[in-house]
Amino acid sequence: MSIDKDTARKVAHLARIEVAEDQLDALAGELNGILGFMEQLNEVDVDGVEPMTSVTPMRLKRRADVVTDGDQQDRILANAPDAREGFFAVPKVVE
Amino acid sequence: MSGLNTLTIADARDKLRSKEISAVELTEACNAAVAGGDALNAYSVKTPEMALEQAKAADARLGQGDAPDLCGIPLGIKDLFCTKGVESQAASNILSGFKPEYESTVTSKLWESGAVMLGKLNMDEFAMGSSNETSAYGAAVNPWRRQGSDAALTPGGSSGGSAAAVSGDLCLAATGTDTGGSIRQPAAFTGIVGVKPTYGRVSRWGIIAFASSLDQAGPMTKTVRDSAIFLNAIAGHDAKDSTSADIAVPDFEAALTGDIRGRKIGLPKEYRLEGMPAEIEKLWADGADMLRDAGAEIVDVSLPHTKYALPAYYVLAPAEASSNLARYDGVRYGHRAKLQKGEGIHEMYARTRAEGFGPEVQRRVMIGAYVLSAGFYDAYYRRAQRVRTLIKKDFEDVYASGVDAILTPATPSAAFGLGEMADADPVKMYLNDVFTVTVNLAGLPGVSVPAGLDSQGLPLGLQLIGKPWEEADMLNTAYALEQSAGFVSKAEKWW
Repeated sequence: MSIDKDTARKVAHLARIEVAEDQLDALAGELNGILGFMEQLNEVDVDGVEPMTSVTPMRLKRRADVVTDGDQQDRILANAPDAREGFFAVPKVVE
Repeated sequence: MSGLNTLTIADARDKLRSKEISAVELTEACNAAVAGGDALNAYSVKTPEMALEQAKAADARLGQGDAPDLCGIPLGIKDLFCTKGVESQAASNILSGFKPEYESTVTSKLWESGAVMLGKLNMDEFAMGSSNETSAYGAAVNPWRRQGSDAALTPGGSSGGSAAAVSGDLCLAATGTDTGGSIRQPAAFTGIVGVKPTYGRVSRWGIIAFASSLDQAGPMTKTVRDSAIFLNAIAGHDAKDSTSADIAVPDFEAALTGDIRGRKIGLPKEYRLEGMPAEIEKLWADGADMLRDAGAEIVDVSLPHTKYALPAYYVLAPAEASSNLARYDGVRYGHRAKLQKGEGIHEMYARTRAEGFGPEVQRRVMIGAYVLSAGFYDAYYRRAQRVRTLIKKDFEDVYASGVDAILTPATPSAAFGLGEMADADPVKMYLNDVFTVTVNLAGLPGVSVPAGLDSQGLPLGLQLIGKPWEEADMLNTAYALEQSAGFVSKAEKWW
């Protein structure tokens, strides 16, 4: 599998990272290098092997479905780049 | 006597309890060492006033008697830990100016024990790196230098600031985190002890996430005993981390008897890498001899899937990182890009992330997005998860055969020069983690112990890998190794 310029553009978009058009070829080259390294995994026989989802077998604990926290709007907004009237503010989303 | 900042936790604890020294005196000595240590670039934030306040409170508590082991002990905290009201940026510009409104579980436990915070420690950005060179603060510098050279060396990474600070006596001990070797590799590069506990032993709550199924916090200290004391303070179940284990925590310090007679120690043949420096081979053989002389039985073992650990890691860790780092969008905290007229929220997201993340973080987030994307998920991500199962099974088989711990080199080389890897392929940097990454994939505990110097006078470390939840036994073996190796060298102070 090899990443071309169009795939690099798509990956950058999926990751929501702005990459200038003239950087895409270099990016594709870099990603190919890393993916080439990963290709070694194809040598391993994984037939019938379960994918690991939890490294220590454990049952997730349950808790009562009740509100335990809240009423701290100021603290939640304290680090916002732009907060107005108790909300996070962002550029216009819907025209 | 040299400065109080050079004390171990154990010695400082005894002197504090006997009133030979006060926590304020100890903290003042450390504050002075931190202020004089700028050439190491170990601290990203210094908190000397806060430290003195905590020290005064510690002295009051010590005066009442029955204070915890860490009461009055000055520590450095890796920048990955959220500390209330103190910048916590994961060494990234995207969290520029971020001051958490909350305290991580690990640091909460430390402050409840009466420990003192000297400041926040430099690291690779989002813990992604093996040399501290991806940090937005610039690289931390290893206190050690090659004989007859003043070239700046890496303290390793990602917990490079922690390693430099402990090794250079800019604190008594420090917190680190380890996703693929980020505690053990820098510990080996700087001649200190670093412990990655079993996955789930220490709460991850309030630690900025990199790869959640691999991340684990642990101590970085001057001695094995100090690591045991430190781990006592931070281990245990936390309801705020759903993967933290609700099982009893033993007294790790009490386990340090140094008696390892009858223990079975495995040497995995797959760790004998082609082209490995002879010095590392010799260190490893010497370490095995030391354990044998202490009464352990040394056996050859096989971990057949070792070769595939790094490629599996570099699928899984970026995949988890791309999900974890999706939260940095310029809305709730940190950096937000400035927009041109006519641009909207989509440009804001993408430009914020392009400006805020450094090149290595961008690379891993994009790799992660790729291996998780439709059409490639099974070929890369699912396959890597399957290989991870096999890697864990390798260890299970070895431990089922009666082996108590596994001895390996900690790193394939001694510390390298800052900038030396600048033009290298990113994959070459990844090879630093070749001996440590398997431990994260299998969720096991591991410890790096300084065991000798190379021909250029740089420290080298050995790694012990324990059974799940058997940190106490692993640390006791490390303690026996430490005593036999008798590593007491310190970097000559040049800063």
